[in-house]
Amino acid sequence: MLLQLIQGLLAAALAPLVLGWLNQCRAWLQNRTAPSLLQPYRVLRKLLRKEVVLAVNASWLFRLAPYIVFACMVLAGSIVPLIATDLPFALAADVIALVGLFALARVFMALAAMDVGTAFGSLGSRREMLIAALAEPALLMVFFTPALISQSTALTTIVDQFSNGALQLYPSMAFAAIAFVMVLLAENARIPVDNPSTHLELTMVHEAMILEYSGRHLALMDWAHALKLTVYMAIGIALFLPWGVAHPHEWLGLPLALVALAAKLALFGAGLALLETLAAKMRIFKVPEFLGMAFMLAVLGMLVHFLVEA
Amino acid sequence: MNGPLVGQVINLLAALMLLIAFAMLAQRRLLRLIHLFALQGAVLTLNTLVVAATLAQSHLYFSVVLNLVLKVIVLPMILIRLVDRLDLRADAESVGNLPLIMLVAVVLVILSFNVALPISELAGTITRGTLGIAMASVLIAFLMMITRRKAVAQVIGFLAMENGLFFAATSATYGMPMVVELGIALDVLVGTFIFGIFFFQIRETFDSLDTRNLESLKDRE
Repeated sequence: MLLQLIQGLLAAALAPLVLGWLNQCRAWLQNRTAPSLLQPYRVLRKLLRKEVVLAVNASWLFRLAPYIVFACMVLAGSIVPLIATDLPFALAADVIALVGLFALARVFMALAAMDVGTAFGSLGSRREMLIAALAEPALLMVFFTPALISQSTALTTIVDQFSNGALQLYPSMAFAAIAFVMVLLAENARIPVDNPSTHLELTMVHEAMILEYSGRHLALMDWAHALKLTVYMAIGIALFLPWGVAHPHEWLGLPLALVALAAKLALFGAGLALLETLAAKMRIFKVPEFLGMAFMLAVLGMLVHFLVEA
Repeated sequence: MNGPLVGQVINLLAALMLLIAFAMLAQRRLLRLIHLFALQGAVLTLNTLVVAATLAQSHLYFSVVLNLVLKVIVLPMILIRLVDRLDLRADAESVGNLPLIMLVAVVLVILSFNVALPISELAGTITRGTLGIAMASVLIAFLMMITRRKAVAQVIGFLAMENGLFFAATSATYGMPMVVELGIALDVLVGTFIFGIFFFQIRETFDSLDTRNLESLKDRE
């Protein structure tokens, strides 16, 4: 139980750092002077101190949404095995519940964006829903392949099975991994699908939804966004690079697991930054095609599992 | 080398072949398509090498060298030079309804797995699991030839089909007899040269490499 608490807090504390690292890598790759690694923390502190400005017609939904979104992400962060697999929560909530959690956060974010009634808000939430409706089935399909291999939908069991025992190569997981990265890019508003650093009305999706937020609400939204990215990366690590995680009753493995997690997150972040630098933002109408490909790849992964590995 | 791990490596490489086949199906840019083709050749070579090393089949080493030289180095180089000469370096073509094509490709994968299942149950080779994938990559390359309109992409589809065929031979019977293999290699090489000449002819006649133009050659009575 203690471990559970520590891990949820760890995910929340680590999230801005991961975002900072990603921004730093991107800046380096684009020949810019990189902002400090701690910049996202500073932004959060600044926003938390500022007062909240609300639109006159903002309802309770608008004020409540940041807390719900943030809570969802913290909960998701405590389900995914970051450093240990001995998580009591994870047994109650499997990967499908995890997808549900993301969906809950997304629905509240979209509702809140439409609540004030600005054009940007509804534009952003409509686009977000378009992307989400296509990304979610692909994400579920990605989860089904490892679930089939390990005969369980609980993330901790999957990680336990994969990181235990002899090295086994699963060709199907290669398909699932590529599909997962595609879904990750779409769901976290990263570059081929959405540009996180723009406020240009033609292209923004996520930024358009949180345009009306200010002060601590914006801080929570930003934090939740960073946390979502971290959780996604942690899921990717848990599914595709699970080695080094501490097994139940392995207290000595924890520091090692922490180091392994840091190394893997750093590597994953650098890879994402490289991917984002190489890719160009695609037109919004190309996104269904992109996510359709992700879905196909995930389905293919399942097929390959049935036909080659079974 | 020990059995199960080798089997897994072969399966992994086979899955990579399929993945590259799908990537080629979706790739619009010609230059990237040629790179993918070279990559597929490299995976194929690696796969043949693993099979050859596991079974100590000396004639397979010969195929490895042939593959490496022909499909990873010579053919992509010829194709890239062709693309340069035709001034198609930045060329991208529309692929049509990509999700639908992908769906068809998935159906083809299921189909070829089903067809290959009885055969691979009879085969005693360690590579038998990959026969379905080999067949699927042949069919996907075929699909690519059908869906593309530009001549260069169609030729790459043809060459990818040969890749799949070679892969099928390796997985079903540990490769073809050397005479056959040499014959096919020569065919492919000469074919590519002839295609290259055709490209120039087609472009000179129609001012484009769109093969739909060829339909106007049919005589109307």
